[in-house]
Amino acid sequence: MNFFTRMVLAQMMLGLNNGAFYAILSLGLAVIFGQLNIINFAHGAFYMLGAFVALLGYTSLSVLPGLAGFHMNYWEALLIAPLVVGLLGMLIERTMIRHLYKLGNLYGLLLTFGIALIIQGLFTNYFNVSGTSYNAMPDILRGTVNLGFMRFPTYRLWSIIISLGVCLGTWLIVERTKLGSYLRAGTENADLVQAFGVNVPLMISLTYGFGVGLAAFAGVVAAPIYSVSPIMGEEMIITVFAVVVIGGMGSIMGAIITGLCLGMLEGLTKVIYPPAANTVIFFMMIVVLLVKPTGLFGKDQYGE
Amino acid sequence: MADPQDGEMVKAADLHAHYGESHILHGVSLSVSRGELITLIGRNGSGRTTILRSLLGLVGRRTGSVRIRGVETIDLPPHRIARLGVGYCPEERGIFSRLSVEENLMLPPVVREGGMSVERLYEIFPNLFEHRKAMGTRLSGGEQQMLAMARILRTGAQLLLLDELTEGLAPVIVQALKRLIRQLKQLGFTVILVEQNFHFAAELADRHYVVDRGRIAEMIPKEALAESKDKIDAYLGV
Ligand SMILES: Nc1ncnc2c1ncn2[C@@H]1O[C@H](COP(=O)(O)OP(=O)(O)O)[C@@H](O)[C@H]1O
Ligand SMILES: [Mg+2]
Repeated sequence: MNFFTRMVLAQMMLGLNNGAFYAILSLGLAVIFGQLNIINFAHGAFYMLGAFVALLGYTSLSVLPGLAGFHMNYWEALLIAPLVVGLLGMLIERTMIRHLYKLGNLYGLLLTFGIALIIQGLFTNYFNVSGTSYNAMPDILRGTVNLGFMRFPTYRLWSIIISLGVCLGTWLIVERTKLGSYLRAGTENADLVQAFGVNVPLMISLTYGFGVGLAAFAGVVAAPIYSVSPIMGEEMIITVFAVVVIGGMGSIMGAIITGLCLGMLEGLTKVIYPPAANTVIFFMMIVVLLVKPTGLFGKDQYGE
Repeated sequence: MADPQDGEMVKAADLHAHYGESHILHGVSLSVSRGELITLIGRNGSGRTTILRSLLGLVGRRTGSVRIRGVETIDLPPHRIARLGVGYCPEERGIFSRLSVEENLMLPPVVREGGMSVERLYEIFPNLFEHRKAMGTRLSGGEQQMLAMARILRTGAQLLLLDELTEGLAPVIVQALKRLIRQLKQLGFTVILVEQNFHFAAELADRHYVVDRGRIAEMIPKEALAESKDKIDAYLGV
């Protein structure tokens, strides 16, 4: 294998890693959009919160009375952060977002944007914007593995696998289970689903909690790779929104595939023409908007 | 408030319904006994669909009183009303395109005991069995209507709200639907039927409510149907 091929493969693997984060975040946005009909601008903030729950659970919980010496480890954080953030999401849905459904989706977008600014502003006030490293990576995930064509960090490989696993699991739940049939039906005609006796308001709360829980999960997985900072969500979510525009809202598999492909496209661009690596996704976005405004996997019914 | 009369399934009194700023129903009152089949007839836009939707709480806002099995539902959310044993077959049929035929059939939760089994429903509607793996909206219009009926018969609902069953369907299918409704009536279901096809309605119903501009204009028992023909024609604008 020549040097160039190795370079390409290495960058593609790193791209796949980023793509897995794009996938899990845009998937959450798609699930939320399907039920709430709003674009959740607070998604990046919940991603950041997930990382902070992991970080603070590890470093700072031990100051609390009764928890002296407690350090939430990585595995615990993978479970607890999505739960905590998901519950917070449900609370926000019940107390705020819920009141806007009748007003059209622009209002939901503005509200969640405001929530994102508040959460991010609070954290910027108390934490270093340049980031704090998360040191609770388990030993088993340290080091590198030999992929044949390169040595790849074990943790990054793990983060690709676990993110794809979660994406696939979500897809299976939505497309293949009874609960998923309520969700799919709710996307099409929530009133009718409720008229059949399904507690749709509760289903919507749970969906929002689940969607932002996914973002928090991604935040925990990202914490050992990127440093944990109040603006990590903002940086990530701008790209993720471009991914969503390219993929089109509403299709779960579309969100996953688009996320992964665009991550790899970014990686590839780093080898071929590095200066464009940060903009290639936005370039794609413009092309897709011109050619197919509803996105690659979007259906017309979701277009405005 | 007095106890509900024995055998009373639905009693709406002074029901007003609004969609946003538009006031659509202006004080509708009607009552339906257990096992009775009544129709709502009227011109397009007179408010028949809105009456069905307001019985279920599916309008923007409603005031007045709607008692179902004696339970006041005016402040209940639609899913709680459905759980009192109400099955709804909407005008646009409401078959979900992202669900298979079988998923569509299984979607509505069972609200009461005594619903029909899936096997029984597949016996009654062999076409649904044949296409059970297909996506819901791949079915023909008639089959979609059968599916919309079948899925509420599974739930054990005893009060059926059926909106424009025969709209746009071939005569053979209309005949099949008529047989089905007649059977359901024999089985003791209570039915509120909105129907354009007056012959269809006339053969099945015990009583007719004439709806006009968001109000009940007349109640006509089937015995008085013949003598009221002219009056009805005037309301329907034919
Ligand atoms: N979702 C809605 N928003 C506003 N107005 C509506 C809505 N649905 C129906 N209407 C109005 O309510 C009136 C009654 O409609 P509808 O109940 O559908 O009549 P019908 O079923 O008898 O044809 C009509 O004037 C219609 O324009
Ligand atoms: Mg109608």
